[in-house]
Amino acid sequence: MLAHIIQTLPQVIVDGLTLGVVYAVVAIGYTMVYGILELINFAHGEIFMSGAFIGTTVLLILSSVGFLSSVPAILAFIIIIVIASLATGFLGMGIERVAYRPLRSAPKLITLITAIGVSFLLQDIVRFIAELKTGNYIVSAPSLFNDKIHLKTSAILPQFGDALFKSSFLVVLIVAIIMLVALDFFVNRTKWGMAMRAVAQDRETASLMSINVNKVISVTFFVGSALGGATGVLFMIQYGTIDPYIGFILGIKAFTAAVLGGIGNIRGAMVGGLLIGFLEMFAAANLSTLTHGAFGAEYKDIFAFAILIAVLIFKPEGLFGKAVVEKV
Amino acid sequence: MGSAHILELKNVETFYGKIQALKGIDLYVDKGEIVTLIGSNGAGKSTTLKTISGQVEAKKGSIHYNGEDITSLPAHKTSLVGIAHVPEGRRIFPRLSVKENLLIGAFSIKDKKVIETRMKRVFEYFPRLKERLDQKGGTMSGGEQQMLAIGRALMMKPDVLMLDEPSMGLAPIIVEQIFDIIKELNNEGMSILLVEQNAYQALHIADRGYVIQTGQIVLEGVGTELMTNRQIQEAYLA
Repeated sequence: MLAHIIQTLPQVIVDGLTLGVVYAVVAIGYTMVYGILELINFAHGEIFMSGAFIGTTVLLILSSVGFLSSVPAILAFIIIIVIASLATGFLGMGIERVAYRPLRSAPKLITLITAIGVSFLLQDIVRFIAELKTGNYIVSAPSLFNDKIHLKTSAILPQFGDALFKSSFLVVLIVAIIMLVALDFFVNRTKWGMAMRAVAQDRETASLMSINVNKVISVTFFVGSALGGATGVLFMIQYGTIDPYIGFILGIKAFTAAVLGGIGNIRGAMVGGLLIGFLEMFAAANLSTLTHGAFGAEYKDIFAFAILIAVLIFKPEGLFGKAVVEKV
Repeated sequence: MGSAHILELKNVETFYGKIQALKGIDLYVDKGEIVTLIGSNGAGKSTTLKTISGQVEAKKGSIHYNGEDITSLPAHKTSLVGIAHVPEGRRIFPRLSVKENLLIGAFSIKDKKVIETRMKRVFEYFPRLKERLDQKGGTMSGGEQQMLAIGRALMMKPDVLMLDEPSMGLAPIIVEQIFDIIKELNNEGMSILLVEQNAYQALHIADRGYVIQTGQIVLEGVGTELMTNRQIQEAYLA
């Protein structure tokens, strides 16, 4: 049993890391909005999905005009991800403006239900457009990065198996890490990031500091949604096939990651995302061996939600959710 | 308007939902004055300051700053015209460092040199803050937090400084320090609007005072005169 775990470990690490960074970036979108508005923006998973669809649309357009064959894949990819994240950034900002801001002083539950409504709305709009244009709501995108990479991890330790992955794995990993580092820098080292933290801690007082709170909230939605949309593109690059419902499960897992790390805590969301990614891939590789075949790899999703329940019971503030002791 | 007052409220009415908190406040502050607004809990002291700074909207009446109508200016713009508001309970950003708390006060300023000069000035008033630059605001003592709250407001270099109960919950010796700083700021030309429950101390340093009761000004006068007023002595100085 142990031999199997060790043997699959390199593959688990590679897969877990890639899935983990995807969860991490999406989790940040949840945690940022929660931090500033105490709202669980359930539409965030659909922002991710919209990003995937916008990215696919741009990709299909680029390939139909023959642009793809004339430029390197990485350049096409950059164009796609920039367009998709700008579009989803504005989409998220618009949703806040139209659906959440008028409810700013309403009870939290009402905004929460509105978020779920927005989420259904986005699913159906995307489904409608996709079916109108392609006749099917499940859309396949031409793949950009298809080289197989064979990592000879068995050379490090004979017990290890080799890790196998597509080159798109690397793209996903690198881009997601760049986004995580950039966001951390933005929040902790820039003026607008500081304003964002100030508004999250005390909105009323922030307004006394000549901070335009509505603008900061808009920026927060833009940044969170742009990251979510870009991650949708990464998902599309990685898996090739998308549908309007991919945001649901992924969104809930990313939300779990945010809760695990302590909702409202950005670095916590990053760690939470990586943990969930690893655990899920570990479960996929080993669940069947560990349970002697009683549960197969298809039960891996249960892992994420079992963690969510366990966290909510034993450490509801999350791993990093402990507030600074405040003296009065 | 042509008024000489730096800050003037005329017949200001404010509501929280359907509840009327201010029932026609008339009040002014002249340049270089310390004016205090005293009254008991829930009389409308904080609401008056919040209405001036734009945190709550005045339903009726007008607020003028240097002759300019600022009645419906939102809070983030009021601070730009030159009115800084140190809120009740200090309201330090608990998870921002002391330095960040000060930088937030200078949020609207782009010039780094200006920010640096102002920060140095704040350290002259409150040397303690300099020693604690990287500490999180929420971990400081009440007195230090009050210093930080005032320092943060000074980063805006206001002409009018509004303080909401700066003595609340502080040891007498700290209160004295804070009031000394207020006097010092005033000597340098800053106009002060001071809200206090600690009426004795407030009237002591004030040029003029207003007494507010259930949303209305019931008495006004020179600070030292109000101190000897029997009604006030019974109600607030007992």
